[in-house]
Amino acid sequence: MIFRLSVYDYMIREIDTSLITKNIREMCISVNYELSDDMKKVLSDAHEKEESPLGKQILGELQRNLDIAKIDQIPICQDTGMAVVFLEIGQDVHFTGGSLEDAINEGVRQGYTDGYLRKSVVGDPIERVNTGDNTPAIIHEKIVPGDKVKIKVAPKGFGSENMSKVYMLKPAQGIEGVKDAILQTVNDAGPNACPPMVIGVGIGGDFEKSAEMAKEALTREVGVHSDKKWVADLESEMLEKINNLGIGPAGLGGRITALAVNVNTYPTHIAGLPVAVNICCHVNRHIIREI
Amino acid sequence: MKIHMELPITAEKADRVHAGDFVYLSGQMYVARDAAHKRLMELIEKKEQLPIDIKDCTIYYMGPSPAREGRPIGSAGPTTASRMDKYAPTLLDLGEKAMVGKGKRTKEVLDAVVRNHAVYFAAIGGAGALLSQCIRKSEIIAYEDLGAEAIRLITVEDFPVIVVADDHGNNLYATAQQEYQIS
Repeated sequence: MIFRLSVYDYMIREIDTSLITKNIREMCISVNYELSDDMKKVLSDAHEKEESPLGKQILGELQRNLDIAKIDQIPICQDTGMAVVFLEIGQDVHFTGGSLEDAINEGVRQGYTDGYLRKSVVGDPIERVNTGDNTPAIIHEKIVPGDKVKIKVAPKGFGSENMSKVYMLKPAQGIEGVKDAILQTVNDAGPNACPPMVIGVGIGGDFEKSAEMAKEALTREVGVHSDKKWVADLESEMLEKINNLGIGPAGLGGRITALAVNVNTYPTHIAGLPVAVNICCHVNRHIIREI
Repeated sequence: MKIHMELPITAEKADRVHAGDFVYLSGQMYVARDAAHKRLMELIEKKEQLPIDIKDCTIYYMGPSPAREGRPIGSAGPTTASRMDKYAPTLLDLGEKAMVGKGKRTKEVLDAVVRNHAVYFAAIGGAGALLSQCIRKSEIIAYEDLGAEAIRLITVEDFPVIVVADDHGNNLYATAQQEYQIS
C-alpha cells in the first residue's frame, strides 16, 4: 500500500505538551508576583489623581504592596485565584506527549506548589474538599489559523468574581439597559470587590458566550479601547459613570472606583440581549506568551 | 484619627474608636474564614468546647498563601466578610469583640456589633504582601486539614486597619460613598 503525504502534512508543527506545562508553570508564578505594565501604570496614575485623602493613602499602600511582592517574591494578594487559561491553538499544530488538558493542569500544579501560591480549589462545589494543588484550571480553547499557540493565564480571585453577574436583557432595553446593568453590578459590588476594579463586559452571544467574553475582556491591555466606535464610547462613558458612584479605593469613598471598562461583543439572537459583567479587583493578573 | 491599640480588644477599647479611625493593632488574634466558621458553629450548636478562647477575641477573616522558608506567613490580606455574616452575630454574642475583613455586613451583624460593644475593622483588600510584613508569628491551632482555611493564632505588630462599623451604630461604607458621589 502506498501512503501519500500531502503538502499539508509538511506544514504541521509538532509541539510536545511538556512545553505547555513548563510555560504554564512559569506564568502562574510570575503573574502572581508582579502585575503587567499596563496595570502598574494605571494604578500609579490613579494614585496621582485620587482626591480623597484616605483613598490616596490606600492607593499609596497598594503601590508599596506591589513593590514588596516583587522584591520578596510573595503573592500580591493571598487569593492567588483559580487559574483561568485561554489558549489560541493554531490549526497546523499537532500536540505530542500526552493530553493537552493534563499538561495544563500539571503546569498549574507545579506553579502553585513551587511558587508558594495558595491552593484555593475544592474538588466538588458541595462536598468542598480542597484538591491540594489548585487544579483543575478553567480552560478556554479556540482554534485559529497558523502554527503557533498563544497562552493567556489570568488567575481570578473570588472576592470580585462573586460580585459578577449575567443579565438576559430584552432587545427593547437596548444600550440604556446595558448601561444600567453595568452600573448596578458595580454599585452592588462596592467594597466587597476590592476597588479600584477593572470591569470586563460581554454583550451579545448567548448565556455562556457573554460570560466568557466578559472574562476575556479583563485580559485586554488596560487603556486599549475596542475597535468599534460605539463600544469604545461605551467603555469611556461607563468608566466615568462608575467613578461618579464615589465608592473609591477599598470602598472608603473617592474618585477612583474603576481603572478600566473593557467591553467585548458578539452577534446574538433576534430575541435576546445577553450582558455579562465580570468584576476584577485591582490585582487584575494577566500574562500572555506565544510559542 | 490614628490610634495604636493592644490586643485583646475589650468593650471599653471598642467604645473608644469611631468609624473612619485608622487603628494599628498589636498583639494576638485568630485567623478563621468560611470552613472554620462552619465548624465552630457546629460545635456551638452541639454545645461542645471551641478550639479558641472566644472571650474578647479578634478574628481576622483571612486564608494566607504558604510561607516561604524562614518566614512566619505568606501573603495575608483580608477576605470578604459578608460570607461570615451567617455566623458572626452568634460569635459576637458569645464574646468575640472584633472582626477584621473587608466589605459590607448585614444589619444583623451591625446590630450585634452595637449590642455587644464590638467593632468591625477593614484591612486593605488585595494588600496581602504589605500586611504579611506586620505578622510576626503564626501557628495553626485547629483544623489543619482545612489547609489555607485552618484556624491560626497570629501575633501582629502595628497591623493597619480602618474602623468601618463601631458600637455607636456608624457605618463608614454608607457615609464615605455619599461624600464622593456625583449624580
